[in-house]
Amino acid sequence: MTNMINPATISRPDFAAIAAWIRPGAKVLDLGCGDGSLLHYLQERRDIFGYGVEIDDDNVLGCFKNGINIIQNDLESGLSSFESASFDYVILSQTLQAMRHTEIIIKEMLRVGREVIVSFPNFGYWKNRIQVVSGHMPVSETLPYHWFNTPNIHLCTLGDFEALCDQQNAHILERIVMNGDRQVKILPNLMGVLAFYRFERRG
Amino acid sequence: MQASNSVGVITPQYVHIDKPLHLKSGTVLNSYNLVYETYGKLNPERSNAVLICHALSGSHHVAGIYADQPKNVGWWDNMIGPGKPIDTNRFFVIGVNNLGGCHGSTGPASIDARTSKPYGADFPVVTVEDWVETQALLADHLGIEQFAAIGGGSLGGMQALRWSLDHPERVRHALVIAAASNLTAQNIAFNDVARQAIITDPDFCGGDYYSHNTLPRRGLRLARMLGHITYLSDDSMAAKFGRELREGKLSFGFDVEFEIESYLRYQGDKFADQFDANSYLLMTKALDYFDPAGAYDGNLSEAFRVIKANFLVLSFTSDWRFSPERSHDVVKALLDNNVNVNYAEITSSNGHDSFLMVNDYYHQLVHAYMDNIDL
Repeated sequence: MTNMINPATISRPDFAAIAAWIRPGAKVLDLGCGDGSLLHYLQERRDIFGYGVEIDDDNVLGCFKNGINIIQNDLESGLSSFESASFDYVILSQTLQAMRHTEIIIKEMLRVGREVIVSFPNFGYWKNRIQVVSGHMPVSETLPYHWFNTPNIHLCTLGDFEALCDQQNAHILERIVMNGDRQVKILPNLMGVLAFYRFERRG
Repeated sequence: MQASNSVGVITPQYVHIDKPLHLKSGTVLNSYNLVYETYGKLNPERSNAVLICHALSGSHHVAGIYADQPKNVGWWDNMIGPGKPIDTNRFFVIGVNNLGGCHGSTGPASIDARTSKPYGADFPVVTVEDWVETQALLADHLGIEQFAAIGGGSLGGMQALRWSLDHPERVRHALVIAAASNLTAQNIAFNDVARQAIITDPDFCGGDYYSHNTLPRRGLRLARMLGHITYLSDDSMAAKFGRELREGKLSFGFDVEFEIESYLRYQGDKFADQFDANSYLLMTKALDYFDPAGAYDGNLSEAFRVIKANFLVLSFTSDWRFSPERSHDVVKALLDNNVNVNYAEITSSNGHDSFLMVNDYYHQLVHAYMDNIDL
């Protein structure tokens, strides 16, 4: 049996941050799931039952090889294959910034999941700000692309994202901000590299 | 990919089943033969059997060649063999000709023991459910309690799906490729035009052409030409034939002028020489009748409640006869029941026929899926 999951990915702090929020045995939908590494991680650590959604052929094949439930589909067309409130958690891990229809996917995740977990690179991180102030679009570890070849078309800061949540009637349950494997508690919108949010439908 | 690895020379086998078959139509068939082929070895645990179900014009000859017909290669030979996506070094693969067919299993051209004449029009209409019952009896005969996988493309995928509903304990993985949970009105319409072409051929003789020493070749040829158009895509026909002329210039007549005409007529003629028109009628009816949600007020998710198998569902972007949207319906109903499913939508310009063709991504997906099946 072939298993493509690279052991190095298992120590990813962003996976650990998400796993800490997931109840054991939960039903999970991972949107833009890549080769299924996160779902595999959650199966091992949290005994979840889950599905991934992914558009890229190589990633879908990776999921097949890794034995991960996978639906090849374009997230931009919504989540019509999934019933309302049919998952305990819907995860969008470092994909939001590359999506065209940001508001639609937030709405759809709130419909399908009892809770939603979103992570994204914080554009407000001080190193990004310095690059912008010095006259350049930021290029960094979490934003490794140049302005002309980046798939990241909807970058935001913590403050921006929280405003969108409010507008979409999402109630934020928890937020974690990371810099490498450290959690950032002071001035997160300035010091944080990756942001993680757990939220649900308000009311 | 070791595309040249063949299972080699194959000899078909027969089983005679004496147990009366109560067909969905209400008719009873007292006894019948099934012809089948096997590739690879059944393991001592009997846990590595894979049943391949054929589509409209397929047969039990899925892989390999015959000693006296080295050019007669099985219809899914690119998929099945040593080192191929469905690896016969690992799996014991079975191909069977469906009841009502014309490749060796009992069908309309077979002799009816009661009359000592070919069944002809008297052969009962068979359904996908009926086929599954006969295939289950073949499995009993071979000592296979549970299949590692049952799969096929198009009508073959429908049989795999039906298996997972009728015998949920007997199939661990269902491979449903370029299929649908039922036919659309447009699809039924194509089938009926094909049937009308056959039935209105004066040589059809009400289905009893065997005793009139004739064949409804014209009707069958037209049926196949029509079908063939729908199995390809506009793009693939444009790429392969375009507006190419055979003679390089217009001849202002009704003989073959465009390459596409030549190709279709050749395909139609070839098919009319080797397929039985009554079998063609039966196969299209089985397609039209297939509708597992029918007994559940159209609710496919309800119909899928009993499923225990894991599913591989594949569709092809240019397949307009069994479009990706139709596979989405199947996937949705599987998701509603928390069934393990791997679904991929394969980019291909070859239309419905894509499932028969070599495509790296497609074959890698099937290979990866089969590799993960525990034996």
